[in-house]
Amino acid sequence: MNSPARIARNCEVSLTVNGRTETVRAFPMERLLDVLRRDLGLTGAKEGCGEGECGSCSVLMNGEVVNSCLIPILQAAGTTLITIEGLAAGPHLSQLQTAFLECGGSQCGICTPGMILAAHNLLSKNPEPTLGEIREALAGNLCRCTGYMQIFEAVLQAAQRVKGA
Amino acid sequence: MTDERVVGKRVLRKEGRDKVTGAAKYIDDIVMEGMLYGATVRSHVSRGIISKISFDPEFDWTDFVIVTAKDIAGKNCIALISEDQPCLAAQRINHPEEPILLLAHEDAHVVRKAVDRVLIEYEPLPAIYSIEESERQSETIWGTDNVFKTFLIEKGDVDGVWEKADFIVEGEYVTGAQEQLYIENNGMIAKFDEVHGLTVWGSLQCPYYVHKALMGLCNLPSEKVRVVQAETGGAFGGKEEYPSMIAGHAALLAMKSRRPVKLIYDRLEDMTATTKRHPSRTRHRTAVNRTGEILGGEIEFTIDGGAYATLSSVVLSRGTIHAGGPYHWPNVRIRGKAVATNAPPHGAFRGFGAPQSIFAMERHMERIAKTVGVSPVEIRRRNFLKPRQTTTTEQVVREEIDLGQLLDRGLELSSYSAKKAQFTKENHGSGIKRGIGIATFLHGAGFTGSGERYLASVVGVECSADGQVCVMVSSTEFGQGTNTVLCQIAAEALALPYEAVRIAQPDTSQVPNSGPTVASRTAMIVGSLVRSAALGIKQTLIGSGQLREQYSSQEFRAACQNHIEQHGSLKSFARYDPPEGVFWDDVKYRGEAYAAFAWAVYIAEVAIDVCTYNVSVQDFVALQEVGRVLHPVLAEGQIAGGVAQGIGFALYEKVIWDKGRMQNGQMTNYIMPTSADLPLIRVFFEEMGNIHGPHGAKGIGELPMDGPAPAILNAIEDALGVAFDSVPLMPEDVFEAVSKTLDNSLAATGDGER
Repeated sequence: MNSPARIARNCEVSLTVNGRTETVRAFPMERLLDVLRRDLGLTGAKEGCGEGECGSCSVLMNGEVVNSCLIPILQAAGTTLITIEGLAAGPHLSQLQTAFLECGGSQCGICTPGMILAAHNLLSKNPEPTLGEIREALAGNLCRCTGYMQIFEAVLQAAQRVKGA
Repeated sequence: MTDERVVGKRVLRKEGRDKVTGAAKYIDDIVMEGMLYGATVRSHVSRGIISKISFDPEFDWTDFVIVTAKDIAGKNCIALISEDQPCLAAQRINHPEEPILLLAHEDAHVVRKAVDRVLIEYEPLPAIYSIEESERQSETIWGTDNVFKTFLIEKGDVDGVWEKADFIVEGEYVTGAQEQLYIENNGMIAKFDEVHGLTVWGSLQCPYYVHKALMGLCNLPSEKVRVVQAETGGAFGGKEEYPSMIAGHAALLAMKSRRPVKLIYDRLEDMTATTKRHPSRTRHRTAVNRTGEILGGEIEFTIDGGAYATLSSVVLSRGTIHAGGPYHWPNVRIRGKAVATNAPPHGAFRGFGAPQSIFAMERHMERIAKTVGVSPVEIRRRNFLKPRQTTTTEQVVREEIDLGQLLDRGLELSSYSAKKAQFTKENHGSGIKRGIGIATFLHGAGFTGSGERYLASVVGVECSADGQVCVMVSSTEFGQGTNTVLCQIAAEALALPYEAVRIAQPDTSQVPNSGPTVASRTAMIVGSLVRSAALGIKQTLIGSGQLREQYSSQEFRAACQNHIEQHGSLKSFARYDPPEGVFWDDVKYRGEAYAAFAWAVYIAEVAIDVCTYNVSVQDFVALQEVGRVLHPVLAEGQIAGGVAQGIGFALYEKVIWDKGRMQNGQMTNYIMPTSADLPLIRVFFEEMGNIHGPHGAKGIGELPMDGPAPAILNAIEDALGVAFDSVPLMPEDVFEAVSKTLDNSLAATGDGER
């Protein structure tokens, strides 16, 4: 019997990740999450549930938050992706990253990459969100540590600082 | 207190930068050369005898590593308190997730597919699934009577109080299992070679628990077993004990294959196979006088431990000691009992038995208030423990705590009286019924009784020639802030900036055993030891004349360099030294149960939609006295996070069981609160001194888990006039009870007759 390991990775996919064009060989239905983590070494996106509930695998695809565990790699062909690794400019953290750090938005840290990307996406579309809009925008990203309050605080702080800058 | 430079300040989380950039390496982010992927083949029955194991001949088994119980070189058990739980079942099956056989392969996909191709046949045996079935002993599944452990606390003369009582109030309260639901699933990587022995990296709370379990299982000496904690994505007690099992499995595969083996659970396996909060049943019978003063009572606290003893005795201990709440009981008898069922063992989860028994106590206070005819506020006020009174274990309250004052502040912060009046007025005729409820409680910090004495924890502080300080502990970071708080304490003791102190990665080959990271003990107990060890460094340098009493960072660095040139290294260790005059009787369960208690008043406001029966929490005030707050941001985060889990425990998180197996082991059907579900959680601290902790700090991690469920159910009773005595409370439960009450009242007025 053939095992999948012995089937050639017969699909070549190009995509732009954090500003770089990458070409990978993968099975057509392979999850974007696995390709990012295994082939591109971008382990910031995490697998929490594998079924699109927890959001810890969130990445930005063409400017939308997606659960990378639910995206077959073929669907990602030709897209532009931003992962948590692409958010800081060299040693300089983004306003959101700094705010998460200062406000206690990150405890165990496992949801943090996805949470920050979801918040980043919110602020890029709505730079001055209300608390209600923040709650709504982050509802697809589960955090078991913080009770979310300090995450909301971080998003509000980042929004204010960006506005003030 | 005010001249502290680092303690009490909002310094940045030590490992925070790696977490916000995605650079932090959790166990599944680590890949090793030549690594195999492991998988666990588990039982399909709840109880029985394995009669045959075979391998599907249609499947290609070449390139697989297969491990069974026969491959175990040491003792086939996960050593913890008792040695009843096998690492791999050889014959007997006691729960439906019992591991039987292990597989490893180069391809992670292939190994998962292979699990169902292992064919196991059983002779099934009858099984039991509830506390009541276990008590009836229709089947004896553990020991001679299905009982893991009992405790008896007796104070005064309970039998004499009943005749003096104006009221005798009885109630039974039930709590369900709860999944820890850390977002990072369990996982381990093991590697073995003859020279270095066995090394295991993993997501875990207690490196030395894993170390001890591996030594026995693999028959290796201490120095041939090394356990390293990787960044850990949440634990909440769920990674206290089960990681020893997973480490054992990964180790067996690595030892057989002589290749590194990664064993990562997916969400379904993690939820169904690993531990959860113990389901519980508490019965109260209380004698009260006409003013609402408690004269005495009996409490029976029973928990379902699942199939093996694991930590149930300790969970039971904490739950039993907390069962009387923050009240004065002149006479009390508390019986605690942990029983066996054919479910996977239940284990540690934040609060560790206390959320269960405090839920019962705080619901029962409401029942007492109703019976006597006083308000929920007054019934508590009249019974609060006061300084110099004694707890149920006859521990004297030495702190000058004023719970009445704490309650007053909570009432003010929540606008309790105004809300109460408003809701009474507005609820009538409204489709949304609102209510407000209180829970007052305490939580003991550190190990119970003689626990810390037995642990005899050790910590180290080491300085390098460049003046950098390293804290060496096996206490782990999994979000609570261990790294940050312990570095703050060391920096403060050494009068150095926070940035000059780092903490070593927990690695049993490098750090001493500072005990497990559990029981809200890290800041208070380990923190005190870190302070002592750091002060030891200072004394060494000052005593040898290398440093003056007052010094700059530069002078400290020069002194370190000087000392290291002369002596080779600069280290200081501190070992736990039990405070003098502390009395605890392990047999009678009497004496100083905890070095310190944290005290709290939680107030929940709820709204119930009487069309959908959905309950939402609208406002939540969490006020606590926890001694000195070492880090305001981290402390607030601990409380808010614990409250969120408590709200989940009350209203959302229901484990559906069928024959001992969890049926909803996915995030799709086991629901935890999202950012859209929670109220504003408003956190407040009272700071009073505490004699035990560093800078007067007490433990806080578990406390916030205790109060939300009873506060919420008390608020629901306030809103609907219907008493609910079990959690989780789902909309269908509210619907059923409200319909019944409605039917009864219609029947009583005759309107219900057709």
